Amino acid sequence: MIKPTRKLSSSLALVLLVVAGLFAGPLAAQSLNVDIVGGLKTATPIVVVPFAQQGGTPLPTDVADVMRNDFNRSGKFRSLARSDIVESPSKGSEIKFATWRLLKQDYIVVGNVKDAGNGMVQVEYELWDVNKQQSLLHQAMPPVPVGDLRSVAHQIADIIYQKITGVRGAFWTRIAYITAVGLGNNTTYSLIVADSDGYNPQVVARSKESLLSPRWSPDGKKIAYVSFESGNSAIYVQNIITGSRQLVEAHAKGINGAPAWSPDGTKLAVALSYVGNLEIFVLDLATHKETRLTHNLAIDTEPVWAPDGKSIYFTSDRSGQPQIYQIPSTGGTAQRITFQGQNNADAAVSYDGKQIAMVQGNGNVYRIAIMDKSLGNQVRFISPGPFDGSPSFAPNASMLLYSATEGRREVLYAVSDDGLVRQRLVLADGDVREPAWGPYRQN
Amino acid sequence: MNKTVRVALVALLCVGAAACTKKEVKPPPPPPAPEAPVAQTPPPVSNGKYTPADLDTDACLRQRVVYFDFNKTEIKPEFQQIIACHAKYLQDRPTARMRLEGNTDERGTREYNLGLGERRADAVSSALQAAGGSASQISVISYGKEKPVCREHNEACWSKNRRVDIVYTAQ
Repeated sequence: MIKPTRKLSSSLALVLLVVAGLFAGPLAAQSLNVDIVGGLKTATPIVVVPFAQQGGTPLPTDVADVMRNDFNRSGKFRSLARSDIVESPSKGSEIKFATWRLLKQDYIVVGNVKDAGNGMVQVEYELWDVNKQQSLLHQAMPPVPVGDLRSVAHQIADIIYQKITGVRGAFWTRIAYITAVGLGNNTTYSLIVADSDGYNPQVVARSKESLLSPRWSPDGKKIAYVSFESGNSAIYVQNIITGSRQLVEAHAKGINGAPAWSPDGTKLAVALSYVGNLEIFVLDLATHKETRLTHNLAIDTEPVWAPDGKSIYFTSDRSGQPQIYQIPSTGGTAQRITFQGQNNADAAVSYDGKQIAMVQGNGNVYRIAIMDKSLGNQVRFISPGPFDGSPSFAPNASMLLYSATEGRREVLYAVSDDGLVRQRLVLADGDVREPAWGPYRQN
Repeated sequence: MNKTVRVALVALLCVGAAACTKKEVKPPPPPPAPEAPVAQTPPPVSNGKYTPADLDTDACLRQRVVYFDFNKTEIKPEFQQIIACHAKYLQDRPTARMRLEGNTDERGTREYNLGLGERRADAVSSALQAAGGSASQISVISYGKEKPVCREHNEACWSKNRRVDIVYTAQ
């Protein structure tokens, strides 16, 4: 039975490792010298000086450290290791630019955390261009409870990321994933929501039977997923704020699977087989009306909406092997869009619709491939295989999450869109799989 | 570890594992080459009809797994005998009910494998019906790659996971 809860799950704390380098294997949790990796030479050097603390009890969060990790795993920046930070200015007037020029830093971030009373703190920060000795940002964030300092650090990292790259940052976002702990019939499956860096994991749903295919609603308030708790597969929509849950597809016969939210959040594309064969349907969540999109004896599944809502990508093996097809979301003729590799499945689409990530299988090797429509459908691989799956774009498409199998264990990776920097997310005890990157946060 | 502890552990394992009571132990697959043609293998029962006791004793009925080739849903010739005896059981026991559980190996995506597992279970269902079983006696479910019996990443293991489990829900 599932017990929807929002209880903090300390036993499910994720161990984070940063793995840098093109398809480097799993490494021990040692600090990395990012300079030795060729792919990172183009990353922008930035130093985040430890933030000074003004008053109050010792803080549970090292704000600068959270930001450094954000920058590093983005692949766009390499932040100076804390051990190499030789001076500790906390405001612009204290920065000795010659020091940081010598250390070949392009940008410097300084700041402080002020006690605002009643368990509240306020973070103030400045971003400076080292070479021009010019102030780029100077901002005091709104006061927050001490427990929200990680969120504030991610928000500042987002602002700085956007100031320097011109692209909105996606560090202050959340991810969902499934964990499986225990063996065989003693396995417990959990749907977890955590910060984008794996911190603050919270259990959304728990079951003794399989949970799969979590998908965020566009407003970030709900997650649709598949559960076998009633015996057969069924699709649920759960509000992650209130914990309330709605059963939306549970045909007694056949598969009820693969939910995908329409961009406006009013519909779910799903894969159902009660009609005798697995087909794509669109379910209107308000009227509960089902519209069948595919009519084919093949397996049709894994729908995902184009950002404009006008078409749906899906997996079909109508050509003999699984490939990605595109069909108008109101019905019509499906067009095959993948022609490279033996098989392609489980598409994910970037926010601008230009990039389609998928699992490409060749022989017994399954890797995450990205097809770039703005580059004449060129395909690039961003993961090494051999059993990678479930690609999911960050809302700014600068990074992706995917699942991988290492030995008998399933793990997650966050990878920069060029595949050059990867961060591994490992469950201390059990498997972690099926990541889904949530939308930008509103609060 | 002393004996008492060991016994307690075994008991615990059995309490936790629903399979201890719910499902029969699945025997290994039959040898690839059947010794005799299907038609010449009459079920060894006295009055010509199967009884529930035969589920535990009959060499054919005790086989409850149909294995498949990679990405295939066709039933291989060596499993026709199993299909035939279970179809006869359904025919002999109109109140009997079975659930066909389709499974796949780990290769490929989860949702696609749900589809593939269903196709395999559907193939077994069709074969059982063609051999005399009734559709009303058979239900089909797919677990895709969610319930592997073996977790190594090699063909020996994959071949054990590409299967349809025959589970009697009423004898």
